[in-house]
Formats: sequence, structure tokens, C-alpha cells
Amino acid sequence: MDKIDLSLEIGGLKFKNPVLLASGTVGYGNEISEFVDLNKIGGIVTKSLSLKPRKGNPPQRIVETASGMLNAIGLANVGVESFLKDKIPFLKGYKTNLICNIAASSIEEYVECTRILTSEDAISAFEINVSCPNVKDGGLEFGNNLSAVGKITSAVKGVTRKPIIIKLSPNVSRISDFAKVVKEEGGDAVSAINTLVGTAFNIWTKKPKIFNVTGGLSGPAIKPVALAKVLEIKRKVDIPIIGIGGIMNWQDAVEFMIVGASAFQVGTANFIQPNSAELIIEGLIEYCKKMDITKLSEITGSFLI
Amino acid sequence: MFVTDAVVEKTIELEHNIILLQIFSPEIARIIKPGQFLNVKVSDSVFPLLRRPFSVCDVAGDSIFIMFNIYGEGTKLLSHKNVGDFINILGPLGNGFLIEDEYETAIIVAGGLGAAPFPFLEKKIKPGKKIISFIGGRNYRDVITYGMSSVLVATDDGSLGFEGNVVQLFQNHIGHFDKEKIKVFACGPNAMLRALQKLTLFENINCEVSTECAMACGFGICQGCPIESTSEDHKYLLVCKDGPVFNAKDVVI
Repeated sequence: MDKIDLSLEIGGLKFKNPVLLASGTVGYGNEISEFVDLNKIGGIVTKSLSLKPRKGNPPQRIVETASGMLNAIGLANVGVESFLKDKIPFLKGYKTNLICNIAASSIEEYVECTRILTSEDAISAFEINVSCPNVKDGGLEFGNNLSAVGKITSAVKGVTRKPIIIKLSPNVSRISDFAKVVKEEGGDAVSAINTLVGTAFNIWTKKPKIFNVTGGLSGPAIKPVALAKVLEIKRKVDIPIIGIGGIMNWQDAVEFMIVGASAFQVGTANFIQPNSAELIIEGLIEYCKKMDITKLSEITGSFLI
Repeated sequence: MFVTDAVVEKTIELEHNIILLQIFSPEIARIIKPGQFLNVKVSDSVFPLLRRPFSVCDVAGDSIFIMFNIYGEGTKLLSHKNVGDFINILGPLGNGFLIEDEYETAIIVAGGLGAAPFPFLEKKIKPGKKIISFIGGRNYRDVITYGMSSVLVATDDGSLGFEGNVVQLFQNHIGHFDKEKIKVFACGPNAMLRALQKLTLFENINCEVSTECAMACGFGICQGCPIESTSEDHKYLLVCKDGPVFNAKDVVI
């Protein structure tokens, strides 16, 4: 059989394969690089960057729940300036797509971050986080608001030629409406989904298990929800989708592609099996061989209903 | 750092629900230091989903030991491992105790399961240095002295040794030591560590504490385990990567 082609293109940007490392689960790449050859993966999405450094929430930030985990990190990050100075040199050493995730508390801040970062050649694309559930300002306030998502999309498109991916919240009634606005305002793709808002309480102390009271639920527990959201977008809007939500292995990844994802992100799995991304790539190749597929991207949206 | 499937060699039940697990892992045994930890996947399934962090309790040849009490579902599963079973371990993680410092006497202060890292520490401290351990618990059932010598015990209810907490017990003995020639190594509940931190800072005694925080990954990517530093900017350090052992003067406990 000919060599299997895992590549794809989103917004003019070529990816060697659809396996991306999700924002907030691999920092700025250095720690995970001990386990994963970053040259082998399709791309890495940075921890959310804001204009100024953010300290994040006090502990406890994490709690495990049934087949999942809640986190309320609070967008702890080094800020755009330190990212360019201290983190980019390491990332530059790898031949993979570097996608900067941006979080902000105003439209102006999204624009300013994008404007500053776009001049760095090592950055291939931007993922705009309009859906962090764990910060007071910005975050979900934008993600829940169609007109805000539209304005942010067009505003950041105005300052960069690089692809813009909007990371959508599942905590809305109709996610496809948001994908539609992103497309109308010139966005290149959407990533879906961000975490679901959840909480957990200690029954003896009657106190929340995490400091922020609520956190974002991730892991296998959210996979069926994420698949349904991807499918909904795929059926209603013609825009590339990057699937996210509880992908632990190649089977999960294939499922996301079948319901409509062009690419996907591995998140919580990195915490448990840090080389998950590489294992998934190997699994995808085997799947293609078994299914007699020469170009993996053909399975995107190939569901039969 | 390794991710490795290691074989369970022995499960030893110490007293009162405390389990000592012996695991065959030559690559980790060779390099791990006292105070470092392992992040252990206790099952092959998504239940429990996350790994469980355990400090290394001891090393003997190619074997590493972890000590835990059966507390939740994860530790229950781990306690049921049979000889020959594989468990997936990630490690060694974090920074251990600095045992090469200038001191003549090592003082160990531990509360409850906080005694876990110290058998290995005792083993690695150079001969010629003295070691004295102060071990505390709420009652006699909580006192773990496995693998330790020269032990003084404190219990809150007086059911064993000194009646009171372990930091008070240590404080009562401070007069016997030359403060410039001792170093304290501590692990235990936060309230104990806070009291010890206050005492050692006041007395100007070099003290290292092993801290704890809920975490997912164990190597810095999840950012789940912050601990506030005493530096001017009060920035957060990570328990997993910058710790878990810190000098008592460097962190807010």
C-alpha cells in the first residue's frame, strides 16, 4: 500500500497530521517534550496567553470526578511579552505548527495580544479562547454572547493574516449559532469544545472541593457531549472543526473525525499518559491500513445517519 | 523521568491500614532521591482517571517502596495489587531533600503518613551524621516509625509518648542541639508544617518541608498544584515541579 497521508489543511495552514496538543494541558511545550517528539505531531496549542501575566487561582485547583476532572487554574500564564522572550526560543526548535491560545478580558486585549504575537514567524495560527469558565472577567461572558464572539472574530482577523480558530464553549444552548457567527466574521475554524462548567462538594465539610467553587470538566466524561456538539456544527455550518473533549486514544480520535472534526486536540490524556499523542498517531495509521484508507482526511464528516 | 510498567514484588501490610508496596524498577531505583515522588496509575481503565502521587519511601537494590494508607478508591485498588501485577509509574518527579548541606545532626519531624519519605532519607544521609526523628500522630495508631531509628514520639491524646503535638516535642528538645549544626527535614499535615516553619524561622534553624497539593500530571503541565512563594512578588510555584520539597523560608504553607 502507498504511504498513508495523515495531512490536512485549515485556513491555508498545512498540518502533517490531525493530532494537536490542547491548550492548558502542555504548558509551553518544554515539559511534555520529554515524552512526545513534538516534531511528529500536527501542532501544539499553548497555554492561554494574556497581555499581562496572570497568577491564576489559589489551590485547590483540581479535583477528580467520575471519568473526568474539574480544573479551575484561572488562566495562570506568563503573559505575551515573557512568552515571546522566554518560551518561543524553545518552541522554535520544532517543526510543528505552533498555535497561540489567547485569553483576554476585553476585545481590545484580544486584538492587542494578536497584534503583538503575529509578527513572530514561529507562530502559525491563533486559537481565541472565548470560553474559559474559570475567570471572572472575559471568558464565558464572551463565549455566551453571539455578538461578542462575532466582534472578537472580526477584530482579531483585522490584525493578522494567520488563521484564526475560535474555541467555543459547550455551555450554550446552540453551539452551531456561534460557529455560524465565526464563519460570517471571517474566522478560519472553530475548536469544540472547551470544558463544561461543573462542581464537586465535600459532603462532610459542605464546602466546594475547588477554591473557585466551579471548574471546567474534562476527560472521558465529556466525550459524548463533545461529539454531539461537533456533529451539530458539522451539520449546520460549513467551517473546519477541531474536535476536543475526552480523547484518550486513537479510537476516540477517529470517532471525532467521523462526526466532523478535521483535526483534534488531546488534552486531559496528556496528564495521565504523557505520550498519548504519539500513540494516537500510530493508532491512526493502523486504522487507515485496516480500513484501506490512503488519505485520513477523507473520514472527516463521513458519518452515516 | 520515565513512564514505565513496573512489577509489584510485594505488598506488606504494616499496622493500622498502612500498606508498603515493593515495586521492581531498576531505572527509577538507580536515580531517585529522598523526597522525590512517583505518579502511579492504579488501574488500566478511566477509573480512577488520574495518577496518584506517592513519595518514595525506600529503595533497596532494584526495588522501590511506596507507603500509603487506604483512604479512597485509588489507594484501595492499589492495596489489592498482587505480586506479579504491573502498575504504570511515572517518575522520579520533583525535587527531593538536600541532604548534602553542612550539618551534623539531621532532625526528622513527621506527622502521620508524613513519615513515608524518611526511611530512604535515613539511608542516604552520610554515616557520621546523627539522625534523630520526632514522629507524631493523633493517637498511637497514627504513629509510623517504619525504617527509622532514634525516634521520639508525640501523640495528641497521649496514648503513646509525649502528650501534645510533634512540633511542641521538638521545641522541648531544641536546647539540646547546637542550632547552627542541625538541619530539619519535615513532612506531614499543613498545620504541623506551619507550626514547624514558624518555630524554625524564629530559631533560625535550616528546615526543609515536603509539601502536598492535589495535582493531575506531576510534572508541571497541568498547573494544578500552586504554592505561594515568600518572594517579593508572591508568585505561585508548583508543588510538583518546584517542590515538593522546599526550604521552609521560601513558601507560604
